[in-house]
Amino acid sequence: MKNARVALIVVLSMIFAAQAFAAPDESAVEKGQKVYQKWCFPCHGTGSGKPATDLLAARDKGSRPAALEERTDLSAPLIKMFVRHGVMFMPTFRKTEISDADLDALSAYLTRNNKR
Amino acid sequence: MRIPPGLTSKDFSDALGEFAAAVGKEWVFTSDEDLALYRDAYSPMWGEPGELIASAAVAPDGVEQVQKVVRIANHYKIPIYPVSTGKNLGYGGSAPVYSGSVVLDLKRMNRILEVNERNAYALVEPGVSYFDLYRYIQEKGLKLWVDVPDPGWGSPIGNSLDRGGGYLMAEYRNHFDSHCGMEVVLANGEILRTGMGALPGAKTWQQYKTGFGPWIDGIFSQSNFGVVTKMGFWLMPEPDAYLSGIVHVPKRDDLIPLVDTLNYLENTRVTNGMPDLASPLLGIPMLADFEGLFEKGSSPFAAPRDPEVAAVSAKPGGGSPEEIGARGPTNPNPTSGHMWFSPIIPRTGEAIFAANRVFSQAAQEFGLPSLGFSLPSCYWERAFIYIFALPVTRDAEFNKRNRAVFQRMIQLAAERGWGEYRTAPAYQDAIMNTYSYNNHALLRFHELLKDAVDPNGILSAGRYGIWPKHLRKAKP
Ligand SMILES: Cc1cc2nc3c(=O)[nH]c(=O)nc-3n(C[C@H](O)[C@H](O)[C@H](O)COP(=O)(O)OP(=O)(O)OC[C@H]3O[C@@H](n4cnc5c(N)ncnc54)[C@H](O)[C@@H]3O)c2cc1C
Repeated sequence: MKNARVALIVVLSMIFAAQAFAAPDESAVEKGQKVYQKWCFPCHGTGSGKPATDLLAARDKGSRPAALEERTDLSAPLIKMFVRHGVMFMPTFRKTEISDADLDALSAYLTRNNKR
Repeated sequence: MRIPPGLTSKDFSDALGEFAAAVGKEWVFTSDEDLALYRDAYSPMWGEPGELIASAAVAPDGVEQVQKVVRIANHYKIPIYPVSTGKNLGYGGSAPVYSGSVVLDLKRMNRILEVNERNAYALVEPGVSYFDLYRYIQEKGLKLWVDVPDPGWGSPIGNSLDRGGGYLMAEYRNHFDSHCGMEVVLANGEILRTGMGALPGAKTWQQYKTGFGPWIDGIFSQSNFGVVTKMGFWLMPEPDAYLSGIVHVPKRDDLIPLVDTLNYLENTRVTNGMPDLASPLLGIPMLADFEGLFEKGSSPFAAPRDPEVAAVSAKPGGGSPEEIGARGPTNPNPTSGHMWFSPIIPRTGEAIFAANRVFSQAAQEFGLPSLGFSLPSCYWERAFIYIFALPVTRDAEFNKRNRAVFQRMIQLAAERGWGEYRTAPAYQDAIMNTYSYNNHALLRFHELLKDAVDPNGILSAGRYGIWPKHLRKAKP
């Protein structure tokens, strides 16, 4: 019984590992979208009056989407760097705000459309 | 491991063990990486020896856990610094005022305990953000408005305890004034409820502010006398409609009668929204600055200097410095935040002209570009407030100069009888020292209270210039 469970866990983790190279985990993407809506959208979302979107639009002048959600060139380490280090007026976010698990989910969401 | 000042490493590690037993191991943060998240992202002392840094952070998830943590801290005499949502940017972020304190991070206490539509109030825990409260009200379809400061990630409790403000009618936009009833954990771990909350089974804790006897709520704001674990707030019933109007005046000197008329309209409640003074000549300077820089081919995004950040940037897919944005020749000091200089001045047109003269003089003294004419805000009834954002960068020399400008502005304002309403930890002593009538009678009274309610001086040492006995400096 115990061995069977170990085997199951091994198989499951192989599936997760395989998924990391294939499509992103659906449930992580869904959870990540919630994290994005709660923590990022007010500054980075689509629509008018989003200060970070406006700033990125002014910087990039249409060379890439200004709303983070629409980007296809973000990577997990880059996302982590901004969330945990901040940039300019964007402050750091503590683990009581965005936990490591939330951050992983956020990365899954923001990289969901990247070319693989 | 960082150790709070005055503690032995044995005592501190014992205490950390007890904190972990109280709140769970994963909610006690001690690694450098985790503590970096408690640095004030807008610190005007960033990277200097004087920067305010936490030695640990503890995140309880309920009032009983807060009591346990406070009792442990009181036993070991550990300085602790409670924050609610910890987003006090421009006024100190989530860093402690006394470097080496343990931050008591209340963000996990994020329950909305009650929203009463009929009587238009809410009772919340410290970790409830403005966004949380707004979303809750929207989801439930309640006809209530929340008065929010510019950023919604802060909290009704954190913001009001620092006496922040927003934009709706006067009785809502003064966030501390709009509160009704508090629950406070004292330094000995005991729970106190204020106002009607002192009556067991009270039915009007969020409906009648002052209860019976002395009304003490004020002493828990801009202070260090307790850890607030619940607070009630009056909310604004959604209006069916509102009307705004604009009064144009042609001449500069018309400001004087304009302000008098505006005061009359507000004080008689003929108008009840927040007045706003503007001029087509003023524009929005911050946006214009950015546009100017972009035109010159620069980017306001700092190339990260932190080695860890640089390492991530260097990795494939990590983002090139250009992607993050490089420091350009026209923009050697990209801003990484600001500190607010916020003096209260009289509600008269004459005072607006005087303040402009005084603050431009300070800018000239320091060889800064002239601040230009600016108009004050009307957040508070009866008085004006100026809110100047002095930039903070990651360049220590630049920051040092701006700290000197700030100190000079404090003095120039005080010489004219103007004082600040709120400030970042770097200036709290200096500003408290300007409130010095009768040999600092007010500060001495605060100290008397401090010694009585927190004899070991564990709570938020130094906040708003109130230090416990063992850390008190001589008054200037
Ligand atoms: C662009 C920008 C615009 C801003 N606009 C506004 C504005 O319009 N109005 C405004 O008021 N502010 C404004 N701010 C300042 C600040 O961001 C907000 O005031 C914010 O709400 C404060 O942070 P917080 O709510 O997370 O409070 P916290 O950081 O949680 O608390 C502030 C302080 O109060 C004390 N405290 C907090 N909780 C407790 C507790 N439970 N018990 C005991 N002591 C406690 C602590 O000393 C803490 O440091 C602005 C900032 C920026 C960057």
